[in-house]
Amino acid sequence: MKTRHFITLVATCAAMVLPTAGHAEPDLSTFQAFGEKPGLVKIMDDFMLRLLADPRTRPFFEKADQTRVKAQLVDQICAALEGPCTYGGAPMGPLHAGLGIREADFNALVEDLQKAMDAQGVPFRAQNKLLAKLAPMHREIITR
Amino acid sequence: MHVIKKLTLLLAWGAALPALAGSDKLLLTGGVTQLEGAAGGGLTPWAVIAGYGTRDQIGANAFYTGVWSQDYGLATGGIAVGLWDRLELSYARQRFNTREVGGALGLGNGFAFNQDVFGVKLRVLGNAVLDQDSWLPQIAIGVQHKRNDQGAVLRAIGAKDDHGTDFYVSATKLFLAQSVLANATLRQTKANQLGILGFGGDKRDGYSTQFETSLAYLVRKDLAVGVEYRSKPDNLKIAREDDWYDFFVAYQPIKNVSVTLAYAHLGNIVIKDNQRAPYLSLQVGF
Repeated sequence: MKTRHFITLVATCAAMVLPTAGHAEPDLSTFQAFGEKPGLVKIMDDFMLRLLADPRTRPFFEKADQTRVKAQLVDQICAALEGPCTYGGAPMGPLHAGLGIREADFNALVEDLQKAMDAQGVPFRAQNKLLAKLAPMHREIITR
Repeated sequence: MHVIKKLTLLLAWGAALPALAGSDKLLLTGGVTQLEGAAGGGLTPWAVIAGYGTRDQIGANAFYTGVWSQDYGLATGGIAVGLWDRLELSYARQRFNTREVGGALGLGNGFAFNQDVFGVKLRVLGNAVLDQDSWLPQIAIGVQHKRNDQGAVLRAIGAKDDHGTDFYVSATKLFLAQSVLANATLRQTKANQLGILGFGGDKRDGYSTQFETSLAYLVRKDLAVGVEYRSKPDNLKIAREDDWYDFFVAYQPIKNVSVTLAYAHLGNIVIKDNQRAPYLSLQVGF
């Protein structure tokens, strides 16, 4: 009998504490720390300049349609941060399949992104929250 | 002809090295160097591979660590090579200065134990940094073979051997969204005070399993603070051996250089209890 009371108590507490799946309001604090969509546009403009200036990443971006890549990155990151955007580009795998990207290239891009986020004053913890969402893409992006 | 061939070979090496030499891991994700020469925290090995080499690259580190308690000094220097972010080979030499305790024990003031530590570590699975969508940590297994140069003294204090081998398994995970890095290590060892006081003893002579852990918070890209704990065996009748813990700050001003400052609680060491020690470690690498 006592055990059952205890279980009820635990279940009630859990129900109070745990977020209800699916219906929770999106947590926009990280998105806001990035300055929302206008902030992301600024960061991506700066990021692309850094990618083109960095000899490690330049080869992957110099021939690309940079305006389009920037716009897609804004949408992708905005969506990853639960902002009001939809990423309409191709999936990561097919997009990077023929590029022969190594882990070192991937990390170089992350470093340039960190610098771009620093330059726009994005707090370090918010930067890490975004990187945590992007990092698993390494499986589809690094192909050699 | 022969000379030209050699020169060409050398030039080819020179050209290949920069391509192979890694400096492309992310900042602070290579850890620092622990007391026995493995990449890790200050006291304990982590599952990360030394140096900044990625899976296509070779990385390397050199380090020097000084630990100064009220009554003893421990100086350690060494090198570690990381191959393809998979295999780590390390060598460290420790010099433990007994200062005036040596005199009190009849060994002479400034009597020192020297120990060589040869380490091998293999990353078995996982990627502590990139696999952020999974709870699976990076896991590595390792061996540290230690040889102490004071066999006669060690036997006199009750140790059974002047050399020994530790076996460990480490699990390391970076919780990037929380800016927290956690490590847990299980070690099979007979070593008394890292092996500085020999291996096995008159109280207990056999392997025991010890637990080591590190918890770090990333304050900035180049700055981490944390705590560490390392449990230790207690094999010698002559003196109780205590578990160790420390608080640390690791700073990496540029990718090739890191400085770690810590304050370590070392407990009882032979006839001196409650040893507390500032710990300073410098590391250079690529």
